[in-house]
Amino acid sequence: MAYRKKNRNVGIVGIGETKFSSHREDVNQPEMIHEAVRQALDDAGLTMNDVDCVVHGNMELFEMVHQPDMWHTLGSGAFGRDSFRLTTGGTTGGTLAGAADNLVASGMYDVVMAIGFEKLQEGHTTGGITNMADPLWARKLQSGALTAQAAVKLITEFGEERARRAAMTYRIIMDKHACKNPNSHRAFGLEWDQMDDLMTTSPPLIGELRLIHMCSQSDGACVVIFASEEKAKQITDKPVWVRDHITVHREETLNLCNNYYPTETTHKFAAEQLYARNNITNPLEYFDVFEMYDPSAWWGLDWIRDFFLLEGDEHIKLVENHEIMMDGKMPINPSGGVIAANPIGATALVRVAEAAKQVRGNAGPHQIPRPVNHALASSFGGTMWTVLMMLEKELNW
Amino acid sequence: MATFDTSDCYVVEGKLALPYTYFAGRVGSTFITTLRDQRKIMGVKCNACGKVFVPPRQTCERCMEDIRNNWVALSDTGEVVNFTVVRYDDKHLPRKAPFVLAMIKLDGADTPMAHIVEGIDPENMTEGLKVKAVFADQTTNTILDIDHFEPVK
Repeated sequence: MAYRKKNRNVGIVGIGETKFSSHREDVNQPEMIHEAVRQALDDAGLTMNDVDCVVHGNMELFEMVHQPDMWHTLGSGAFGRDSFRLTTGGTTGGTLAGAADNLVASGMYDVVMAIGFEKLQEGHTTGGITNMADPLWARKLQSGALTAQAAVKLITEFGEERARRAAMTYRIIMDKHACKNPNSHRAFGLEWDQMDDLMTTSPPLIGELRLIHMCSQSDGACVVIFASEEKAKQITDKPVWVRDHITVHREETLNLCNNYYPTETTHKFAAEQLYARNNITNPLEYFDVFEMYDPSAWWGLDWIRDFFLLEGDEHIKLVENHEIMMDGKMPINPSGGVIAANPIGATALVRVAEAAKQVRGNAGPHQIPRPVNHALASSFGGTMWTVLMMLEKELNW
Repeated sequence: MATFDTSDCYVVEGKLALPYTYFAGRVGSTFITTLRDQRKIMGVKCNACGKVFVPPRQTCERCMEDIRNNWVALSDTGEVVNFTVVRYDDKHLPRKAPFVLAMIKLDGADTPMAHIVEGIDPENMTEGLKVKAVFADQTTNTILDIDHFEPVK
């Protein structure tokens, strides 16, 4: 894979997140985005005059808005500035972060603001999602975006009882984390003694994928400001350094290359490539926290193995032993993750933002209780796409 | 001219529904309800650059000032700063052709808003024409609570 070392270092210097919610009738799109923009600027101690370029992203057509980046100029601060719009499905937020990193690292801009947003209650996602399928080969055959594939896979491999309990354990852990995050859209206060009840009474969506396992549709925005090393050190005494990021896309619907390549997931492929080129041999030991784009408890549970290159049932054990909790060996989603809030175009940028806050040590009530030097953030989208970003506290790699 | 052999080439016919809602937000909602209930056209003023915006907005995008509470009542008269004559009929259009769509800068505002001008032969339209808002008899909770503008007599 063609890859060159970065031209210069890039740090995260400002973070803004709205509270995530099912409905934001009180603000229109630019107004909601502005809340996160204002917060990120204040966090960095900057004004828009200090920002050279704005990258903006959301899901294509989800709000039925044409050229939303231009429309949102009324709140985004992009007036008179260089600006790009990016839209890569669920991975949009990760792509925004990666693009902002590249734009600064290249020397093109010193300070770049990445804006991810979604107002899922305004649009009708079917209009955007339906277009994913090839009109000739797939559109007459497609089902929806929900799938119980991971549940089937885990049940086949680990047995129904163990797989179902592990998925619900994952779910309750995420809720316990979500309850500490003031920005969560959904935080139920689930207790361990509800586990058996939830496994049977939560409404089934598809097979063993139940409503309680699944993420929500949320409204919200996230803004992250990236700066060159020189600028970052002037702006803040706690820059979070973007060490590396990788994007892996594969189309798994009928039209392209199904069954032509090995069935390794893009998550695993991305993780292997990223760790190899950064000389990380044991990611589970190396990273202190992982913010994962986990659209459902089943997916979250299954993907731990891919992201940490684990074998056998090591990932199930991590969950069963609560090692993914805030005070565990590998805290996953102290924020509560995507099941707690999913404003899609912002969701993957929230993973980067939350990972960066953990590195800074000022995440708030959901700050993990030990120093965080190395953080990992993932994005997921489409039929199976991955963006993976590594963040560091020190410039010492 | 290039020609292409399109014989036996299948075309997939499809149709997608695109339902949506739009949250107007507090600022947009206040404009609409004031127009509806008081027949008043309201703008917001940026205290940094002094501009009065209509339609209103929460933030002055140039100064990045929060201007959501800086309401000013505007006159229902203004000046046409630009216009076009719509010369075709379609079911989505608000009037039968030909009719005038104009950018109208209300007295007291710095930004123009789009609306319909009636009561003048389209061929006689000019920039700089003084116009006055005519309010709709029945509210629709939209910008069409101003039915149209007409020349000031």
